[in-house]
Amino acid sequence: MNIRSQISMVFHLDKCIGCHTCSIACKNIWTDRKGTEYMWWNNVETKPGTGFPTKWEDQEKYRGGWEKDGNKLRLKSTGKARIVANIFHNPSLPTMDDYYEPWTYDYQNLFNAPQGDDQPTALPKSMVTGKYIDIEAGPNWDDDLGGSPLYAQNDPNLSALTEEQKQQLFAIERLVLFYFPRICNHCLNPACVASCPSGALYKRGEDGIVLIDQNRCRGWRSCVAACPYKKTYYNWTTGKSEKCILCFPRIETGQAPACFHSCVGRIRYLGVLLYDADKIETMAGKTDRELVDAQRDMILDPFDPEIIRLAAENGVHEHTIQAAQESPVYKFVKVWKLALPPHIEYRTFPMLFYVPPMLPVISSMDGEARKNMADGIFPDFDQARVPIEFLSSLFSAGDSEKMRYVLKKEMAVRTWRRAKTVGDISLEKAAGMLKSADCTVEEAEKIYHLTSIATLEDRFVIPPAHREEAIEMLNDPLEYKQHAGFGFREKPVRGL
Amino acid sequence: MTYFSMILYGILPYVAVFTFIFFSIYRYISHGFSYSSLSSQFLENRVHFWGLVPFHFGIIFVLLGHLAAFLLPGQILAWNSELTRLYILEISAFMGGLFALAGILAIFLRRWTNPKAKIVTSRMDWIVLSLLFLQILSGLGTAAFNSWGSSWFTAIANPYLVSLLQLNPQINYITPLPWIVQLHIVCAWTLVLLFPFSRLVHVLVVPNPYLWRKPQMVRWNWNRNQRFI
Repeated sequence: MNIRSQISMVFHLDKCIGCHTCSIACKNIWTDRKGTEYMWWNNVETKPGTGFPTKWEDQEKYRGGWEKDGNKLRLKSTGKARIVANIFHNPSLPTMDDYYEPWTYDYQNLFNAPQGDDQPTALPKSMVTGKYIDIEAGPNWDDDLGGSPLYAQNDPNLSALTEEQKQQLFAIERLVLFYFPRICNHCLNPACVASCPSGALYKRGEDGIVLIDQNRCRGWRSCVAACPYKKTYYNWTTGKSEKCILCFPRIETGQAPACFHSCVGRIRYLGVLLYDADKIETMAGKTDRELVDAQRDMILDPFDPEIIRLAAENGVHEHTIQAAQESPVYKFVKVWKLALPPHIEYRTFPMLFYVPPMLPVISSMDGEARKNMADGIFPDFDQARVPIEFLSSLFSAGDSEKMRYVLKKEMAVRTWRRAKTVGDISLEKAAGMLKSADCTVEEAEKIYHLTSIATLEDRFVIPPAHREEAIEMLNDPLEYKQHAGFGFREKPVRGL
Repeated sequence: MTYFSMILYGILPYVAVFTFIFFSIYRYISHGFSYSSLSSQFLENRVHFWGLVPFHFGIIFVLLGHLAAFLLPGQILAWNSELTRLYILEISAFMGGLFALAGILAIFLRRWTNPKAKIVTSRMDWIVLSLLFLQILSGLGTAAFNSWGSSWFTAIANPYLVSLLQLNPQINYITPLPWIVQLHIVCAWTLVLLFPFSRLVHVLVVPNPYLWRKPQMVRWNWNRNQRFI
């Protein structure tokens, strides 16, 4: 057993309001530079929808992630044999057109335009070439366009649905959507790391954050093609790839990453998971349907004395073990089994989990009259606006039973709390729902607490990084007193 | 004239090689960040394929040929002793050159006509591209008009290069050669000279460890020896 710790995440989609505050917080800190304008390390997508870059889930097009070749796993986009032939021209690389061409506006025109009959406008100007452009796509181009034939109908997850389900989905007049915020998943079996010809990408041993060593990156672009979530980006100015760094300078100083901290809906949770790194290879080779459970199996019980002993032996700090015991992620993923990984069939073992949205249809319009969809307060989730098959295609490799389990529990907890606070449902009926959803009253109360009224400290349990001890082993800390910044101190410019 | 030749064939090579070695290492140590392939495939994908692939495979093939001619002159001569085999060698080398030429023309065209690719092309890129173009063209010209270079390389270029290595440059191997061959040689030394200051440095960091490293990489603050899974 090879126990490691991993900073992991849960996004509660039922609470996401799609405000994009996370994206803006991230952009302002990290990707507000030349060459990174088009990058969104954090973005919020509308589902059903095509996402960013357009149709990133279509791995026939982008060839990201792993595929099974008999008993062995191999990268879909490249590999040791193919890397030599493809090094000059990567056949699976997305281009700027798959994202969008960043632009600004020619604001001077508002002041300098000659007098005329019309109001002057600020013309869009490319931030790459500086020339005037017609905007053809942009960040969140299909935002809130769920149900629209142009975008939503191209969602790759819709292939899991029957024709009838598709029609139902789009029949409710362009109203069906939920939000899907995405950052780098900091996977356990990252395809980007495995694909890097220069060995520039790595996982940090202490907290599992996946980073690109900017000094070793040579811009071969393999990681961009290999990441099935398209969360590594190529900086066209510096000729280096960049990705979400999970705000490690913030994490190391005990603060939540910017996108987490700024989240208005408080949908984000961050905590430590202990896992057995020896199991990654065998578990990643399981069949699609087994993968969700395989990943859960790898996550270890931080209260088990034997696990604690082995973790400590492997260099996991006692404070990290403590944080793992208080981890909200551990509760959501392993104890309550409410959070599921996105597209685990890519076999990278993403460490960002999602609590799927319930999206109940409360009522529909019958002419002028409002018609309740169910006899109770909350209708059966089989009538959910987005079919279970769609959600399971996203979060459980198509296993709708797993999705049903989660939704049933979510619904039961909500019903239980309504029975307690509003009182228009009998407590017996609510308790019965809890029981059939594999949930006790105590568990329901805990889920309610962490979902609805959790404080900042409950949501973000960040272990101390103890960089001061690590740095002492390598350098004299006094030598660095009064120094500013971190990393290398070279200007990030293109070439010489 | 002899002074001029001495500078081009007797001094430039030493300056070029010294600059190449010293500044490549210096740049790697002090500006490691600047070592990159500086790919522009992200900005333009279609012509990229028709330029980069033939150019790289062509030029690598031809360069390996030059290396073989320098390291194994006896074997090359023996191979060339039969006419069919000489034709095979010369034609395939010429094909390699043609591939490289087609590639570099496509690269030129792409960088000139595509506005996004043009933006990321520096002055040094244009200089290097032009030199490479001259280099390929003069190489093909040499092969076309001064036949059987694979054979006379051993008699002329080999002793010249050996004399350079012995720090006793014998430029009279070169001076009587036709102008196109001399152009080829001067271009070559200039490229070596400019190498560490241009995007050509990506050749020095070709990804060889990938082929034998394990797929996943882990770096620790604590256990420095535990680099790989």
